[in-house]
Amino acid sequence: MVLVPVGTVISSLFVPAGDVWQHLVETTLAGLLVNTFWLAVGVAAGSALLGVSLAWFTAVCEFPGRKFFSWALLLPLAIPAYVTAFVALGLFDYIGPVQTALRTWLGPDLFWFPDIRSRLGVIIVMVLAFYPYVYLLARNAFLTQGKRSLEVAQSLGFNRTQGFFKLALPMARPWIAGGTMLALMETLADFGTVAVFNYDTFTTAIYKAWFAMFSLTAASQLASLLIVIVFAVIIVEQQFRSRMRYAETRQSAKAIPIPLTGWRAWLISGFASGTLFFAFLLPVMQLGIWAVAVVERDFDQRYLEFLWHSLLLSAFAALLTCTVALLMVYAARRCPDSATRGAVHISTIGYALPGAVLAVGIFIPIAWLDGWLSEMAMQLFHIETGLLIQGTLVTMLIAYMTRFLAVSHSPIDSAMQRVTGSIDEAAMGLGLSGWATLCRVHLPILKGGIFTAAALVFVDVMKEMPITLMTRPFGWDTLSVRIFEMTTEGQWEQAALPAVTLVLAGLLPLIFFMRQTES
Amino acid sequence: MTAIFCFAIFFGPSASHAEQVVVYSARIEQLIKPMFDAFTKDTGINVKFVTDKEGPLLARLKAEGKNTPADMLITSDAGNLWEAAQEGLLRPVESKTLQANVPAYLHDPRNQWFGLSVRARTIIYNTQKVKPSDLSTYEALAEPQWKGRLCLRTSKKVYNQSLVAMMIAEHGAARTEEIIKGWVANLAIDPLSDETKAMEFVAAGRCDVTIANSYYYGRLMQKNPALPLAIFWPNQEGSGVHVNISGAGITKYAHNVPAATRLLEFLSSEEAQNLFADVNMEYPVNPRVKPDPAVAAWGTFKQNTINVTTAGELQAEAVKLMDRAGYR
Repeated sequence: MVLVPVGTVISSLFVPAGDVWQHLVETTLAGLLVNTFWLAVGVAAGSALLGVSLAWFTAVCEFPGRKFFSWALLLPLAIPAYVTAFVALGLFDYIGPVQTALRTWLGPDLFWFPDIRSRLGVIIVMVLAFYPYVYLLARNAFLTQGKRSLEVAQSLGFNRTQGFFKLALPMARPWIAGGTMLALMETLADFGTVAVFNYDTFTTAIYKAWFAMFSLTAASQLASLLIVIVFAVIIVEQQFRSRMRYAETRQSAKAIPIPLTGWRAWLISGFASGTLFFAFLLPVMQLGIWAVAVVERDFDQRYLEFLWHSLLLSAFAALLTCTVALLMVYAARRCPDSATRGAVHISTIGYALPGAVLAVGIFIPIAWLDGWLSEMAMQLFHIETGLLIQGTLVTMLIAYMTRFLAVSHSPIDSAMQRVTGSIDEAAMGLGLSGWATLCRVHLPILKGGIFTAAALVFVDVMKEMPITLMTRPFGWDTLSVRIFEMTTEGQWEQAALPAVTLVLAGLLPLIFFMRQTES
Repeated sequence: MTAIFCFAIFFGPSASHAEQVVVYSARIEQLIKPMFDAFTKDTGINVKFVTDKEGPLLARLKAEGKNTPADMLITSDAGNLWEAAQEGLLRPVESKTLQANVPAYLHDPRNQWFGLSVRARTIIYNTQKVKPSDLSTYEALAEPQWKGRLCLRTSKKVYNQSLVAMMIAEHGAARTEEIIKGWVANLAIDPLSDETKAMEFVAAGRCDVTIANSYYYGRLMQKNPALPLAIFWPNQEGSGVHVNISGAGITKYAHNVPAATRLLEFLSSEEAQNLFADVNMEYPVNPRVKPDPAVAAWGTFKQNTINVTTAGELQAEAVKLMDRAGYR
């Protein structure tokens, strides 16, 4: 199912696309690749650094506000990245309130302000938006490592810092790599954030070839190239860790947090609050201010409907996607050959494709199938069926699954690495059937991973735009559709209301899933 | 899975037999729904619609082929309508009403699509730093006197692409490329992602002039009347102000051509044109309809009357030209 859309995109490679390629190569391609490369490296490194450190502190150390931060640091996940981007620009741009105030106090010549419309600016915004992927997964890893690993580290004569770098960090690698891959794929697929900054990336070229030069073929070819790049990255990452084993020998006791005291504790509190402030509070406050200005005029009965649609779609998509991911992980476990592994990788690659391109890749085969079905019905039974699949929620759910399989696969796959062969053998020795092993042995171990996956998919579907726009049935508008409607014309005040609703609606499942992971 | 299918059947498209027109619209809901509501009130015909960007809507129409549920396509620029006609997605509409309501330069010569509102692209300047007498044409903004004083929206926006396409039609590619290079050389800051921001930069004195659609200016001034900004209508001695349209065509495989034609005619009628122009401070296409008073206050101007089809025909070339000139 997932192969078909990706295949549809890749099949464009064999269709000549005229002179669009030549033009790109002659003019902008080199610059785009450099931009994309630095953005990818910057966001991956930044997200990993921020995500892992915050995960470590909240999972293992005790400092003021730890309980609060452990879930609050996930909140930025509920804010679409381009919203963070717009707020950041709105506040820190030359014409924004911060710089304007500084100019008023210090005079226009006396002060210097870093240019937010820069490569670093885009990277910072994306790191703030995407670090929770790493945070959520890495935290899950550190929590499930239990205290045994740290005890072992201490018995080997390592201090805490060494224990972290020599033991805990390498052991958490599948999780960290998984989270970073998600952030990276999200970065490569992003269009909204870079568009707000007018920072040209590979995605920009894809959209330009399609929307401005009317060549969907050239756009798909560029997208195929993107698939190849991502595939290469995945393979390299896999090679690096293929010879490692990550299993705990037994379910270990919950770690007792290391108490931090004095300035260290407060430093970490400050670090966590700073991240939370810039990644979540500031955007939400700005959105809130905008939303209040329009709430009376814009808020109506329909918002309940948008909200209901968003929640319903997200819940179903999370359920479906996690189930499929679980099946995939099991398939790869049962037949660990390279063909299965390859198939699994390909099926998660939809996440790195720009949404609109993927939406078309999904839509074309479905429309074709629909046409074929109605043709058959006409010929065999002489009835006019109209469109059967298209315009139903089935299409939407398949599309979401195609896009977000990577998001659910990563945490579940990482969790699966904890289930060793010896666990299975022990279960068999105890006379448990395959099903009983799954329910009583595997699922408890996988629980954290599954809930993490569900939370991620849920929030991602809430925010998703291009696929929702393309595949929704008539009248099935969601909060993100509403945001699209308002932002296309740059009306941010009006977009703020659905955006705030979306953020608030995304919070509840996040907190719920987080609590499930903890317990 | 079974549950999902049951669910889908339950919530899926229902076969309704009331008369209706199905519209794929790239013009966003709040700028199109008032017109649909008025149409339904007048005729009893329901309008079902989805909104999306032009590119995905065209791809969708094409993929659906003759199974498409869509009767009508609405876009917010001429280029995509031209492209839809090129791809064979639209059908000609013979209608005396439309011919009378929509001037020839604002519809397709083969009548496959019609403009419904006019979007005028104009020059906005800082009233404290620029005198209207300093300004003349789009082309003149490439001259050295504007060095470091120009702000522009990104070349990725279709409004700039069609402006440049029209310039190619008028001056040829070589001369146009020189002009665009001149613009780029005069930029005070890198191109911005939206027009409102560009105008705010002008108002803040970071730059002195920008090019923007007049309704963006209208919206900004409504919110913040104190800004030191004003409109200048360029190219009045020559070919006139560049205009684009938002417009519509009837799809080739429309199920309900008569109702769709009625809707299209209604949208060009005086009743709908008043709404069209007022909800977004655009200009009506129908010459018998006056613009909104707030819009009329910006003064009258001469429009460029090259057929807007040109914007579509030359769009791809314009994009390449801007890439070569380094206009991001």
